[in-house]
Amino acid sequence: MNYKYFPHTESELAEMLKVCGKRSLDELFDEIPEEIQFKRDYDLPSEKSEVELRRFFSELGQKNKPLTCFAGAGCYDHYSPAVISHILNRSEFLTSYTPYQAEISQGTLQYIFEFQSMMTELTGMEVGNASMYDGATATAEAMMMAISAAKKKNKILISSTLNPNVKAVVETYAKYQGVSLEYIAENGGMTDKSDFELKVKSGDVAGVIVASPNYYGILEDYTGWADLCHEQKALLVMNCQASALGAIKSPGEWGADIAAGDGQSLGIPMSFGGPYVGFLCTKKALIRKMPGRVVGATKDVNGKRSFVLTLQAREQHIRREKATSNICSNQSLMALYVTVYLALMGAKGLKEVNELGYSGAHYLAEQLCSTGKFEMAYPGTTFLNEFAVNTTLNIDEFQAECVKQGILAGVKIADDKMLLCVTEMRSKAEIDKLVGIVKQFNA
Amino acid sequence: MSKILEGLYYAESHEFVKIEGEYGYVGITDYAQEQLGNVVYVDMPEVDDEVTAGEEFGAVESVKAASDLYSPVSGVVVEINEDLDGDPGAINKDAYANWIIKVKLSDPSEVENLMDAAAYAKSIEH
Amino acid sequence: MNRTFYGNLIFELGKEGRVGYSLPKNEFAGYDINGIPEGLKRGNDMMLPEVDELSVVRHYTNMSNNNFGVDTGFYPLGSCTMKYNPKIDEEISSLTSFTSLHPLQSADTVQGALEVYYNLQKSLSEIAGLSEFTLNPFAGAHGELTGLMVIRAYHNSRGDYKRVNVIVPDSAHGTNPASAAVCGLKVVQVKSLADGTIDVEDLKAHLDDTVAAIMMTNPNTLGIFERNIPEIARLVHDCGGLLYYDGANLNALLGKCRPGDMGFDVMHINLHKTFSTPHGGGGPGSGPVGVREGLEQFLPNPHIKKDSAGKFYIDSDESALGAVSAFMGNFSVMMKAYSYILTLGKENLKYVGPFATLNANYIKDSLKDVYELPIDVVCKHEFVFDGLKDKSKGVTTMNVAKRLLDYGFHAPTIYFPLLFHESLMIEPCENESKSTLDGFISVMKKIAQEAAEDPEMVKAAPHNTPVCRPDDTLAATHPIVTYREMLNDNDA
Repeated sequence: MNYKYFPHTESELAEMLKVCGKRSLDELFDEIPEEIQFKRDYDLPSEKSEVELRRFFSELGQKNKPLTCFAGAGCYDHYSPAVISHILNRSEFLTSYTPYQAEISQGTLQYIFEFQSMMTELTGMEVGNASMYDGATATAEAMMMAISAAKKKNKILISSTLNPNVKAVVETYAKYQGVSLEYIAENGGMTDKSDFELKVKSGDVAGVIVASPNYYGILEDYTGWADLCHEQKALLVMNCQASALGAIKSPGEWGADIAAGDGQSLGIPMSFGGPYVGFLCTKKALIRKMPGRVVGATKDVNGKRSFVLTLQAREQHIRREKATSNICSNQSLMALYVTVYLALMGAKGLKEVNELGYSGAHYLAEQLCSTGKFEMAYPGTTFLNEFAVNTTLNIDEFQAECVKQGILAGVKIADDKMLLCVTEMRSKAEIDKLVGIVKQFNA
Repeated sequence: MSKILEGLYYAESHEFVKIEGEYGYVGITDYAQEQLGNVVYVDMPEVDDEVTAGEEFGAVESVKAASDLYSPVSGVVVEINEDLDGDPGAINKDAYANWIIKVKLSDPSEVENLMDAAAYAKSIEH
Repeated sequence: MNRTFYGNLIFELGKEGRVGYSLPKNEFAGYDINGIPEGLKRGNDMMLPEVDELSVVRHYTNMSNNNFGVDTGFYPLGSCTMKYNPKIDEEISSLTSFTSLHPLQSADTVQGALEVYYNLQKSLSEIAGLSEFTLNPFAGAHGELTGLMVIRAYHNSRGDYKRVNVIVPDSAHGTNPASAAVCGLKVVQVKSLADGTIDVEDLKAHLDDTVAAIMMTNPNTLGIFERNIPEIARLVHDCGGLLYYDGANLNALLGKCRPGDMGFDVMHINLHKTFSTPHGGGGPGSGPVGVREGLEQFLPNPHIKKDSAGKFYIDSDESALGAVSAFMGNFSVMMKAYSYILTLGKENLKYVGPFATLNANYIKDSLKDVYELPIDVVCKHEFVFDGLKDKSKGVTTMNVAKRLLDYGFHAPTIYFPLLFHESLMIEPCENESKSTLDGFISVMKKIAQEAAEDPEMVKAAPHNTPVCRPDDTLAATHPIVTYREMLNDNDA
């Protein structure tokens, strides 16, 4: 039995079995009742060499069609500097586990501290955790946190303008947790303020979840919302798209109590949906209600500044069924991704990324509308790099035509409505090519 | 050997209550603080919250453990020990002096369901 | 690993005006971001570092040298399955023909990716002896939550709303009860016998029409196989409950026993344990959830299906429990796991459990004279010592763990499970050679000897690590979790 991942030689095997008092490997499993022992081979393919494996996946990859991406809707095609993947492949980062032994995990602990610092800066909040699975589950965790902070109240208001995929996850968590989730109506692509005012005053609201930018890419005006929430002792939760926070008003500036969202837009490859990284930041006063892992600064016995996992008494391995969340890991390596990205970009780079996206998106919007086949779905609203348009075209056929020409023409969100996004990755030539297809397309 | 003060009432869940007139001062016993180790945080209710005998009103956390607090008496919280916010470790220094909440008792006869010092001393002998 | 500590923060390396990026020129004159109204624009500054590219590379490279990974050395962290993460899997998962895909591309443009998802799901079904898997959950704990939601959705679909209790052994990991609570279920603990297995008589006392499920690992947290599992399955099913298998310890059974055959109805697998995807310092993982026949329709949306022409498509189901992820889970992690399964193939996968089990028993039997072995039976992939045999010098499990770091080994899991005071939980994976195990055994013996002869030295360990016993109490009493807080604290 010689195989590259099993180092045991025949003679070692014999020696080891002798120490264990067994005659064969099978004897180590004697206590498993006969009727449930698995005695055949798995019905799986035969082993593959690296040569065969590479060929296999290369052929499989050809069944995919990478496209020039004008889609967003929760996943954004941003540039990922070459440095990042090299750092992530440092096996001291890649092949380590949760930093339980602080003495030999300062690398992980330190970058998580940097991540927390950067995300609180970006969101304008005071504290943050070591990351969550993704933006949708981070928002669901924020909902549970609001319920837990409110003690006896059980209702959460959520804006209809959140990304439907995020809403679906929040709904699932609410359903099983027994949280009463109520939608605030949408009006012209934005959250209906009078509906919010009416519903938040019902007296039993623990938290209100809104989005910035919202699903349609619109920057909503939340002036006064936090005050109204706080008058009702409800927390304001803001779901945000991380990259955009380099240019738009931050949750902290809006007076939000919790900022939650996805960090994918900070250069993480789209990778067909994951892994990404969720973030959750809040006010210092709520730190002990915050779910997830947290790293804190301290000193070692020699007085050296060092970092440890802290506030662990909130977590599931100690609180068991009384913990406010069952999360027991973080998306650590992806947090490192975001940390290196923000280190390279800095505030200035992030602002430039947003400027490029803004310019390209507004150029595309204008060009599309000038064809007469599209019009802005929510005129008069402000957007950054993503926008919704109504069209007279048959969207399915139009998108199929674009795919033939190598373009992912946004996301269909209704029979006559599409969502399009432009990042710094899109050149003017690519945008003009898309507009050219529109001009020639008749259906 | 844990310290146990005469004149206080004790719950099985290791809280004490010290009665002064119509008020009770509630905290954790010396035995409880020893079991927990260094206390790093005390999760306290708010003034005007109601507490019920035998029900949870907060929690004490050490670095690697957390323990819910159960009120030995019923009533309304009239004061919380805010010093514990800045210095939760005070509980380790003197658990009895550093009470957690002051309760206006709704039913002073409830203390009869609690243990006295001798009975508590016996309950923690193993 | 470096012995000297690299302790700078990236924030401390910056100089105003330095940049670490280059971006394309703006080709769109006349579309200025200042078109955003003042009230919607970011007003306050961000304190992000200003650093050049080389400084960033050196900073994180130096930081990585403060870390210990599986590639650094032996990592016998119990219940975490720290096995070798093959390099080829990393390369496969970074193929741009997969990483460049947007999750909302139409199905006909992502057939290769859907095939990976579908075939991995089928492979896991075969390995688990179950009918179908969802790969959407992001981690083990997320899988547990999803699996419990499946169970609730199933009971609710039959109008059986009174099943709100989940039975969990007292030896279970804290995540089990926490997941149950998040799922809106109540936890009932069942006792363990002296041999570490579930007390079937105690279990019987809890079985009634309020039981939604029992959650178990098998082998259990002590690394002991629950021999009574056929009877437990019968009893739980007879009372109308389901059996949930926490896949944390599945590695032990690869090739030898399947959860479905044991009678489990729902389970999760940790791809980052059993299927060798790297732990990445705590994530990303992946926690696929599998179900037996008859429960498939409750798995979360979206589902990947295959039509009669062999084309893959994405589907949603009304009866599903809902969605647990924005898209379809941690796809790149699935690529690695699928690559791992294909690499080993049916010829080698079946040896994973036996070699892991042999390695664990070999360490256990080689050390049980000097370390306290509370339950002396054949273990599976891991086992638990209750500290040193000779405790007279006051050397604790914590001290032994810290001393191991001095010798270049990662420490085992300590103080878990809670059944013993001085738990030291050791899991050597199948990839570890006898030479590595012998090195570990001799160091463990040496530490036991040091504990007897020079206990104060052992208590003061570690001595050779970048930092030494950071103060947990200070960190928790006075939490400083951001650089800004650190600066304010220094000013104060």
